[in-house]
Amino acid sequence: MTIEIDNLRISFVGREVVKGVSFNVAKGASFGIVGESGSGKSTVLRAMAGLNNDWSGRIAFSGEDAPLFRPPAFFRKVQMVFQDPYGSLHPRQTIDRILSELPLVHGMDNIDDRIAKVLSAVALPQTARFRYPHQLSGGQRQRVAIARALIAEPEVLLLDEPTSALDVSVQAEILNLLADLRAERNLTYVMVSHNLSVITHLCTEVGVMIDGHMVEQVTAEDLRLGNVNHAHTRELRSLSVELEEPA
Amino acid sequence: MLVDIQNLKIGFKSRTGFHQAVKGVSLKLGTEKLGIVGESGSGKSLTARALMKLLPTQTVIEADKLEFDGIDIRSASEKQMRTIRGKRAGFILQDPKYSLNPVKTVGSQVAEAWRTHKGGSKRAALEAAINLLEMVKIRDPKKVAASYPHEVSGGMGQRVMIAMMLAPDPELLIADEPTSALDATVQAEILRLIEELVSERGMGLLLISHDLPLVSHFCDRVAVMYAGHVMEELKASDLLSAQHPYTRGLLNCMPSLMHPKERLPVLTRDPEWLK
Repeated sequence: MTIEIDNLRISFVGREVVKGVSFNVAKGASFGIVGESGSGKSTVLRAMAGLNNDWSGRIAFSGEDAPLFRPPAFFRKVQMVFQDPYGSLHPRQTIDRILSELPLVHGMDNIDDRIAKVLSAVALPQTARFRYPHQLSGGQRQRVAIARALIAEPEVLLLDEPTSALDVSVQAEILNLLADLRAERNLTYVMVSHNLSVITHLCTEVGVMIDGHMVEQVTAEDLRLGNVNHAHTRELRSLSVELEEPA
Repeated sequence: MLVDIQNLKIGFKSRTGFHQAVKGVSLKLGTEKLGIVGESGSGKSLTARALMKLLPTQTVIEADKLEFDGIDIRSASEKQMRTIRGKRAGFILQDPKYSLNPVKTVGSQVAEAWRTHKGGSKRAALEAAINLLEMVKIRDPKKVAASYPHEVSGGMGQRVMIAMMLAPDPELLIADEPTSALDATVQAEILRLIEELVSERGMGLLLISHDLPLVSHFCDRVAVMYAGHVMEELKASDLLSAQHPYTRGLLNCMPSLMHPKERLPVLTRDPEWLK
């Protein structure tokens, strides 16, 4: 699914937080958005996912303009994974119940099979199915959140800081899983993060946001080489490079 | 020696049995910067909290030695602890959002910390608070002093916390993940500020973090913890060339901007490490 965002503007009670953002993502590609807190990066993602009905501009998937209120079929195609695996799963529902919600809503068949398949796709044991979220580790919960998105058989995954609440060892596992899933299922990713090395690991192109503007779009390769134009990109890059070098 | 911990063990009794969380940790700290790194659940925060006697009463703490500047923490009374906490050892927590009182102005909270430990009039305390806010490089300290915690940003909130901890001129600063809730740019600023203040005042610093590269840049020595044990202790400048397979594993599984990897190596845990 190709994604086109054109002059997207979002305001909250009169205050504009996204001020005309435009970018395109080709089918099967992955696009990263970096920026500090308050730069509007998550707000862009939420509007794309249909979680915000108050925006202007153009959001199009596969060349079709997305309406302000999305039809149910839209959510089969586009799914989102949130930052905090502790907060995004219902604490009183078993993993089985969490994963069957979407297939039930969309009247899908063979729910039992689908859950079994999606659990193995995210490398969770089948025994995890009848556990509650608090019985799983942080990494396992993030796998459940990814499984919940995958069960819709989407073409686009919107990832909002999918690994920032996890340890680096678990982060590596989740990033590998996301890379494998994209290759297997030809998914299109849009990922938001404040960590440049995480973004460039998974995404080939990166948009840098500050204060509601996307000030630069650059390929991961150019970012690595330092071929960047905007001062903020340079600042983020030098911080990241500085930390990687030995003290 | 400011802090001397030998063979510290911390465990919790639960409904189903006994869980040993920290299994024999030994650390020493003088007026230097010591970093403790490790994954979540490795016992790094528990170690620091045990030192300040801040753990719940049902916690089982054993140690051959648990001393702060020669004072035995294990047998210290609450009264004695109160002369250490805050006054001699400051504690900075992860998220300023939850550590500041939401219904009092920032200035009055810093002033309260000052007055509790140093006495003096309310007006003098407020003036001192504004000075402290200036010291942590807040540009308009008067305005910030008059604002409430929800009106300041995360980085500013953390500066306020640092100002509050500095009020009684402590000898030791314990910072438990002081920057994990902050942006990368603010993170570096706050750590640089802590480093500066610690060196200027000749304090000891115990920096707890899960971020290895960050710690290696801001500390003198680093202790790497895993599952309640200290895996190795080494000079911070040597961290990136560490030998222990656990430390190496943690470093290897981080994605890198400059040295891209096709696939991230996954940490394989060896039961041998815990022997």
